[in-house]
Amino acid sequence: MSRPANFPGEPDSSPEIAREFGLAQHEWDRILSTLSRAPSYAELGVISVMWSEHCSYKSSRVHLARLPTTGPQVVQGPGENAGAVDIGDGFCAVFKMESHNHPSYIEPYQGAATGVGGILRDVFTMGARPVASLNSLRFGRPEHPKTPHLLKGVVAGIGGYGNCIGVPTVGGEVQFDASYDGNILVNAFTVGIAKTDDLFFGVAEGVGNPIIYVGAKTGRDGIHGATMASAEFGEETDSKLPTVQVGDPFMEKLLLEACLEIFATDCLSGVQDMGAAGLTSSSVEMADRAGNGIELDLDAIPRRTKALSPYEMLLSESQERMLMVAKEGREQEVFELCAKWDLDASIVGRVTDTGRFVCKATPGYDPFDGTGKPDPIVVVDLPVDLLTNAAPKYDRPQQERAETASLVSMAGDAPDDLGDELVRLIGSPNIGSRSWIWRQYDHIVRDGTVIRPGEGDAAVIRVFCDDADGTREKFLAISADCNGRHVELDPFAGAAMAVAECTRNVVCVGAKPLGLTDCLNFGNPEVPEQMWRFARAIDGLAAACTALDAPVVSGNVSLYNETDGKAILPTPTVAVVGQLEDPEHRLGLGFSNEGDLIAHLGRPSRGVLGGSEWLVQRTGSVTGAPVGIDLDAEAALQRAVLDLARAKLLSSAHDVSDGGFAVCLAEACIAHRHGAKVSLPSNEDAPAHALMFSEEPSRIIVSLSPGHLGEVEEICQRHGVPFEKLGIVTGQSLVIEGVCDVSIAALEKSHSTALDAIVS
Amino acid sequence: MKVAVVQFPGSNADWDALHAVRDVLGADAWYAFHKEHSVGDADAVVIPGGFSYGDYLRAGAIAGFSPIVSSIREFAGRGGPVLGICNGFQILTEMGLLPGALTRNAHLRFECRDIHLRVETEGPFTDMGKGTILRLPIAHADGRYHTTEDGLAELERNDQVAFRYTTPTGDPPNGSDANPNGSVSDIAGVYNREKNVLGMMPHPERASEGILGNEQGLTLFTSLRRHLGFE
Repeated sequence: MSRPANFPGEPDSSPEIAREFGLAQHEWDRILSTLSRAPSYAELGVISVMWSEHCSYKSSRVHLARLPTTGPQVVQGPGENAGAVDIGDGFCAVFKMESHNHPSYIEPYQGAATGVGGILRDVFTMGARPVASLNSLRFGRPEHPKTPHLLKGVVAGIGGYGNCIGVPTVGGEVQFDASYDGNILVNAFTVGIAKTDDLFFGVAEGVGNPIIYVGAKTGRDGIHGATMASAEFGEETDSKLPTVQVGDPFMEKLLLEACLEIFATDCLSGVQDMGAAGLTSSSVEMADRAGNGIELDLDAIPRRTKALSPYEMLLSESQERMLMVAKEGREQEVFELCAKWDLDASIVGRVTDTGRFVCKATPGYDPFDGTGKPDPIVVVDLPVDLLTNAAPKYDRPQQERAETASLVSMAGDAPDDLGDELVRLIGSPNIGSRSWIWRQYDHIVRDGTVIRPGEGDAAVIRVFCDDADGTREKFLAISADCNGRHVELDPFAGAAMAVAECTRNVVCVGAKPLGLTDCLNFGNPEVPEQMWRFARAIDGLAAACTALDAPVVSGNVSLYNETDGKAILPTPTVAVVGQLEDPEHRLGLGFSNEGDLIAHLGRPSRGVLGGSEWLVQRTGSVTGAPVGIDLDAEAALQRAVLDLARAKLLSSAHDVSDGGFAVCLAEACIAHRHGAKVSLPSNEDAPAHALMFSEEPSRIIVSLSPGHLGEVEEICQRHGVPFEKLGIVTGQSLVIEGVCDVSIAALEKSHSTALDAIVS
Repeated sequence: MKVAVVQFPGSNADWDALHAVRDVLGADAWYAFHKEHSVGDADAVVIPGGFSYGDYLRAGAIAGFSPIVSSIREFAGRGGPVLGICNGFQILTEMGLLPGALTRNAHLRFECRDIHLRVETEGPFTDMGKGTILRLPIAHADGRYHTTEDGLAELERNDQVAFRYTTPTGDPPNGSDANPNGSVSDIAGVYNREKNVLGMMPHPERASEGILGNEQGLTLFTSLRRHLGFE
């Protein structure tokens, strides 16, 4: 076997080039000792992307192993393109969340759009039809000069892609905080539906089977995108523009329909989309999962530009491309269905039994302009294992963050007029209506959106499950949540709170949580205090997922979210998929009947304001004593509310989260323009403003018909959940006795214009 | 009643239309792929929403050259009822079956929300009566109806305006966002002169079931069924 060669014009690999590609000196040494030779230029490119943080999870793998990933409902756990949970009758919900943070900061429209495109492909690659998307966004301070441009671009990009391909964007969340000034977060989630027996996996099975490339042609966009996603930003960030990919949602729509038709023919043995690290990671990961090798003929790669080198073809992140492993002799069926949808398809390689990733290409041959004749040489010949299991794995040093003054309990000065304060708070960008955002998303396409954005704590979608017995309708609830401020003050409890809020939101619309996907956005793992935050957050996620029966089935890690050494708030975003037994169990967040009783479920607030929006606005920093969480109490609360929803004893349910109790009540009033007359949940020790604005978790405000009071109290008692009657739905004002009396009109006006200052 | 739902590359509300007509209304409905040359024995044709051909060039522009288009033209020519929703409306104007054009929303953003309409004339899809107020969802970026002054006068003269945007109480928008896209004369849908072809930006097929919180869109399809004599 000849030693892999460089292409004409490519330099010999060296420690300096390795460093440029993001590898450390000791990683270069490791390559030399494993291969017993220097890698070719293309090989170094391949190794560097596969060993990047983004592809190898080298700093996070040792910690991710602590997450609970099993349960009777889990059909597919982490390790595939997406995870899956059972939704009954032989069907499953397939879902995942992914970050596209760095590209979105550089070019917000395309960065966000291709983030949506990537997560959609992850889901339909599994053989599932995507049915709904969510997104979780973080921007810098509202008044930061870049924030309007970034917000508008990201929202337009998400809409531009999702609206065109026809998958409804039904919910999400957004937060503004100074820590994201130079490093925004764009986390995109998609769920799809598949028959469990028909799931497809990214495996290159069957030695001799042809590898078929389907979809868009390869260009130079996104080269080294995975490496960029694994580095901090600095002043030279603007020069990274060529590493941002450009999306074509129309091409993806064709790819989606063609793939689902091809999958139905049973002529494939494996498939994987070309996402981060493109052709390289898709082939290597498929070979790895099957314990096989792959040989690629790079001369056959469809291309849209001339003079592409092997290095460029292997590392390009051009969008809307799939790699399929066909069963030998069934290639023609793939080609015919691709032709029906006007898609290019070419055989670009074979599955081998060598366990090696081998690529051949011809110097001087260019099918784009017809130069030269194919006479390929070997340019890459690497053990698959070196790129996957044997990739570096680090247990990086951790340093507990020093106790600081910022963690001291503080209640701030009581505002003069709590009514005015509530009207002001509910109109602030972190609390007010997000309708400016979700109106730009087609949230109703596919005739399935039962609870729309703003109507409930989670979105509820109807999905259609077709099999030989006909069509069944099933109902899923989905939510995405995290509040990095609480994670910053206490990484363990804050991460647990993200899981608790997300599952609570799903329960509040009447669904049982089935599984969770995470998107772990953190700073530089080589900084011990950041690594400590990450490790503690993993422990918090693990504890909460176990306590609340939401196993992790898929996920993504995004590290190095720093600019010029300043890290973002630790942001372990989670998204949960739940299922309603019956659509009649569904609950909105708004008070809906005059005369209904209003009650508080869960332990009353202690008045701890740490990390709350109110205190951040008051002090200008993320500060105060952490609020903490009791996961047993949370689990009991969720069980009680699910029982209440299933017994149809409630008119509405809305959990207390950002902004606290008073904001929760006000939102329930604004939804259908009903007033309320209530008292504060009993606590004589804390000042009223602390009780109104504390963001302590594990509390839900419900409304119910007076006739159901006895049964509701009985169910709460059975679950050991404190129940306190607060008042009634009445009139056109929110009256908190002895505290404030504000008109719903004033609250609604403030709420509905919360983003105006940024977007107009 | 037999209904063909036309499927262009990039159609994405094809399912919505098929579901409303077949599963909710109970009609015999199927997808007619754009590479086919016939709409079969359909009694009516629906051109659904989406981004046919990615809306590249102009919304609806390329779809007008698909093989199935000549059969739609022929079907409409012999008086067959054709409903174009959203991108389907755009395609019908690009095909020349409906007058006017749809341009980028005045505020330049995609907009998805419920709006209100007044029925302006009776026809195969609108037997609910002139003056009826409907609440229907919109979801589009290119829904601003435009025609010349003469074109507008002709629409009025021939009673071709099918729907106008209104406030929830049925009043004219008067420049408010009750007209969500800046359409001329608040026009949300138009018939052809013969009144067998209707194009509209709002989505009746997404508001045809109680579970979706709105059944008002179904009235267009029940009107069609009555028009065709199936009830």
